[in-house]
Amino acid sequence: MSASSRNNVSAFLDRRLLGGALADTFRKLSPRTQARNPVMFVVYVGSIVTTALLVQALLGHGEAPARFIFWVTLWLWLTVLFANFSEAVAEGRGKAQAESLRTLTRDTMARRLSFPRKDSPSMEVVASSLKKGEIFLVHAGEVIPADGEIIDGVATVDESAITGESAPVIRESGGDRSAVTGGTRVLSDWLVVKVTAGPGESFLDRMIGLVEGARRKKTPNEIALTVFLAALTLVFLVVCATLLPFSLYSVQAAGHGSPVTITTLVALLVCLIPTTIGALLSAIGIAGIDRLTRFNVIALSGRAVEAAGDVDVLLLDKTGTITLGNRQAVAFVPAPGVEARELADCAQLSSLADETPEGRSIVVLAKEEFGIREREFQGHSATFVKFSAKTRMSGVDVEGRVVRKGASQAISAHVESLGGSVPDAVKKEVERISQSGGTPLVVSDGARVLGVVHLKDIVKGGIKKRFQELRAMGIKTVMITGDNPLTASAIAAEAGVDDFLAEALPEDKLALIRRYQAEGRLVAMTGDGTNDAPALAQADVAMAMNTGTQPAREAANMVDLDSNPTKLIEVVHIGKQLLITRGALTTFSVANDVAKYFAIIPAAFVGAYPELKVLNVMHLATPASAILSAVIFNAVVIPALIPLALRGVRAAHDSAAVLLRNNLLVYGVGGLILPFVGIKLIDMALVVLGLS
Amino acid sequence: MNAFMTGSDALQIVLFLGTVLGLAWPLGTYMARVFSGKPTLIGKILGPVERGLYRIAGVDPSRETDWKGYAVSLLVFNLFAFLFLFLLLLAQGHLPINPEKLPGTSVDLAFNTAGSWLTTTQWQSYAGESTMSYLTDMVGFTAIDFLGTATGLVVLLAFIRGVVRKNAQTIGNFWCDLTRSILYVLLPLSFVLAVLLVSQGVVQNLSPYRTVPLVSPIKDASGKPVTTQTLPMGPAASMVAIKQLGTNGGGFFNVNSAHPFENPTGLSDFLEMVAVLLIPAALCITYGAMVGSRRQGIMILSAMTILYVLALAVMIPAEQAGNPLLSKLGVDQGAHSGLLAQSGGNMEGKEVRFGAVNASLWISAITGTSNGSVNAMIDSFTPLGGLVALALMDLGEVVYGGVGTGVTGMLVFVIVAVFLAGLMVGRTPEYLGKKIEIFEMKMASLAILYMPVLVLLGTAVAVVSKAGIAGIENPGAHGFSEILYAFTSAANNNGSAFGGLSANTPFYNWILGFVLLLGRYLPVVFILAISGSLARKKHVPEGPGTLPTETPLFVSWLLFVILVVAALNFFPALSLGPVVEHLQMLTLAGVH
Repeated sequence: MSASSRNNVSAFLDRRLLGGALADTFRKLSPRTQARNPVMFVVYVGSIVTTALLVQALLGHGEAPARFIFWVTLWLWLTVLFANFSEAVAEGRGKAQAESLRTLTRDTMARRLSFPRKDSPSMEVVASSLKKGEIFLVHAGEVIPADGEIIDGVATVDESAITGESAPVIRESGGDRSAVTGGTRVLSDWLVVKVTAGPGESFLDRMIGLVEGARRKKTPNEIALTVFLAALTLVFLVVCATLLPFSLYSVQAAGHGSPVTITTLVALLVCLIPTTIGALLSAIGIAGIDRLTRFNVIALSGRAVEAAGDVDVLLLDKTGTITLGNRQAVAFVPAPGVEARELADCAQLSSLADETPEGRSIVVLAKEEFGIREREFQGHSATFVKFSAKTRMSGVDVEGRVVRKGASQAISAHVESLGGSVPDAVKKEVERISQSGGTPLVVSDGARVLGVVHLKDIVKGGIKKRFQELRAMGIKTVMITGDNPLTASAIAAEAGVDDFLAEALPEDKLALIRRYQAEGRLVAMTGDGTNDAPALAQADVAMAMNTGTQPAREAANMVDLDSNPTKLIEVVHIGKQLLITRGALTTFSVANDVAKYFAIIPAAFVGAYPELKVLNVMHLATPASAILSAVIFNAVVIPALIPLALRGVRAAHDSAAVLLRNNLLVYGVGGLILPFVGIKLIDMALVVLGLS
Repeated sequence: MNAFMTGSDALQIVLFLGTVLGLAWPLGTYMARVFSGKPTLIGKILGPVERGLYRIAGVDPSRETDWKGYAVSLLVFNLFAFLFLFLLLLAQGHLPINPEKLPGTSVDLAFNTAGSWLTTTQWQSYAGESTMSYLTDMVGFTAIDFLGTATGLVVLLAFIRGVVRKNAQTIGNFWCDLTRSILYVLLPLSFVLAVLLVSQGVVQNLSPYRTVPLVSPIKDASGKPVTTQTLPMGPAASMVAIKQLGTNGGGFFNVNSAHPFENPTGLSDFLEMVAVLLIPAALCITYGAMVGSRRQGIMILSAMTILYVLALAVMIPAEQAGNPLLSKLGVDQGAHSGLLAQSGGNMEGKEVRFGAVNASLWISAITGTSNGSVNAMIDSFTPLGGLVALALMDLGEVVYGGVGTGVTGMLVFVIVAVFLAGLMVGRTPEYLGKKIEIFEMKMASLAILYMPVLVLLGTAVAVVSKAGIAGIENPGAHGFSEILYAFTSAANNNGSAFGGLSANTPFYNWILGFVLLLGRYLPVVFILAISGSLARKKHVPEGPGTLPTETPLFVSWLLFVILVVAALNFFPALSLGPVVEHLQMLTLAGVH
């Protein structure tokens, strides 16, 4: 968190951003913008009222000294501006990002095809005119003009503009890597692509809309909070409005003093209504999405971010999330009468052309354990046999030898066809490795079985601790894997997940999510394949990998540009942080009011009832300075809290009870005490400046 | 021997709280059994009566309604009861069982009184013994006392179903809830209490008023000797029992439980006081038992008890310290035993039989609940004592509160507290497995804001209108307190009063009548709406990420929310009333 918070603060201080935000601050003064926020709208109207009173006072019919009305009015307008500013700053950061994204597709031309074939007649059109379902061709060096599904061709694509990842990725028709994103660049070869998103609906467009905040809809929790804040505002409106008749009666009853002024009542009202949270609420929401964006996760709705905080079950794919992408060789177990070194040598030999991580790990292990170097075969007539799903073997034919490695059944069939057989000891070993959760690869040279390579899933470092943290937060982790239950349970135990689903088919995933949801739980999952799409659509929080297929990305409500499923855990954290920030600042805002009463009530009524000066516990200098101090405190607390609103309240991975205790102490009790100190200090400053 | 309070006063505080809390557990458990439909001894005896009543009324007890249907039944039923009492009051002069030949009331008084009784306010702007016939007392007031109380109770039952049920459309059958509340809870308890009260000397007859010779004759203002006194009679015990038990508070006689025929002895006083808090406290336990978490009930009961003790901690010292203006004149207001035995304290408007500590216990109990019966005159309390009485109502009647309405009122605060605390732990707030979302927040916000709005707007209208100020007896800040108290009492369905205000005027009868009706039925609708919405939701299982709502930490947070909300709403008004009065008194006494 510390790295990203440093990021935020530096962005906040960015000069260019601040300039834009300042302009927006004033642009947001239009009544229509103001009316969207009930709390700040009351401040806005109050400022207009006191401005009118100021004009009246300047014309010589003032209800109070013009100087006093002037200062109150000034600070009320500042309160409105501070609120505008907080929103503008939050939006500004998104806007800058959106601007750079927009340049990606600007003025791009597209080669529209008449038929879905590379050699079909084509026509140059502006990228933004491409409609859903149309076909285009894109060559190396060109920018892909629109989101689409590859229907022909294979190409390397530079997606760094969107993902920030500089390594090019391979995109090809069919399978799970057939989606391309508008704004990315083809580096080699060509692609024929069918447009999947019309103008303005593309992934990039959605991203721009989201980071700009333009598409931001209020989330359910935010609306519920706004309802509460509006209710408080309404009550305070009544409290302040009725103080006028109360004051009229009191003056009459006491026989001296003068009724409370409208200026004072407006000042009191603005101090009482929850302006702190009201002003920052929208900034908090925008910043929440922004934090995700900085984290290279694009939330396709604000609702999803909020839901992330509520998640209580995380479905995690084993491969890539819990374990390192692939299995690795950890041991060579020779067959009876075979030297371990010979086994290692043949295993390496069979893996030399094997570029899969499993293959590489065998080469590395052989080198580490027996010092066997990789060999060059340029001089020899070596034929490499690649792994295929049908043969389930790979290897090499060199100098008359047929060296193979593969699944035990495949090798067994292979050696039997050559007249050999698998020794019982090797069969036992295969069984043992399977039961321990590992994967056995049997190695053969001709008809002779040399032994077994033990491949094992390597659980990611530190993952166990993450799961413990999640458990403390009340989130259950479920590992999803295609492995058999034995393998799955071994890895589950090692990684420390709460549960696992073995031999999982896509429909099993969907059923599991439905089952958890029926229990009332909120489920989060990641996915990338087309067959993940139904489950992604069903999950409450669904994060698709950016490398995933278009259907997967459509079904998800978040896209991870780095395609790193582990990030789901951070997403949950950011979601929680968003809610915590709102709750904490609301509590702070309301707790502040107590001190403001002690500042304003004695000041407003001491004329009629001099005895009320006892309530002036802060010993503020004069009634005017007391009221002004409260108004100033109320205003300055907004910009003071903007960094906190943008960064989010610090939220440790703790249980609800601990979080509540800490936040109540800091924002509840702190919110009660701080304004007493703040108002007193401002009052002292006013006295020094001669403004009292 | 000089002490702050007498030993017996100290003892009665402990004894009182101990008795209430001690009885709350078994009664609460019993009520939970009754309302969950489990067999009870009384159920066996009265079961046939219940079924008979349904048959007569044509009620199918298995047919339940959604919250709207429930609310409509409740409101229509209350409307008919209102019309019945309203017409009875207007027509009582022409009806039997009226030995004193008391005439019908004015329309505005009938409106105010009928509304008052239905809503368990019992804001009595008249004197009972000189205004109401025995028929009105019995078939009007005593009967409506039961119906009004049961109305509050059934709303809690509906709320509980909302919490407990999952994916359900209905929240119960209003008619069954009403019948069971009265038959199995209110009637048996009232019967027992009435008999105990009669044993202490509370009157229960239909005799005409008696004229008796005075023991020591006095002279009236014009110097004529007065040798006789008229003693009012009537069926008091039966009405007093449900008056206390049902947090109704409408006295049979004008001075309510300060009258020796309504509250003759120390024991009757104690019983009547226990009766005030008994059902509201027990319902916390009932709530806990019915939502399947006894600790929930204990959480709410502790929050209420802490607030009650806090109130006592301010009121008892304020009253027991006496009036500084009298101290200045050398009046001995200390507590003494021995030859010059006196309980001490500010005794203006208090019964010598009960003393200042007992009066404080009583007044805190009846203002914290929506009872409003009195055994001392609140108008004569010290400003701080009066402030506590006002503040207890300003909390929204949750310090045990009315029957049913106390727990539901507290639950509205729980929802708000859960909402804020839920956000602070980073989850969509949930209470007992139910998510608190937009609709619940809308209704809970309305349920919290209606009361201060009614009180403040009403008071504002009264203090600037001629008709409003005309009723004030004491000018100045105390006059403001009198009006503020009247509206606070009406909006909270309390019914107690700063007696100085002459409220039997068309202005106050109408305006307070409307305030107390809104003060009752608005929250009923809001709470039923919450219940309906909760019932429809699915249940979220609890885990370590769930906000715990049964811990001392949550109770502290809940208290913080309740106190801050009340303080924010009423700080200015209380400052201009009792707070100023208190400061003025200290200035006059030369303390400052």
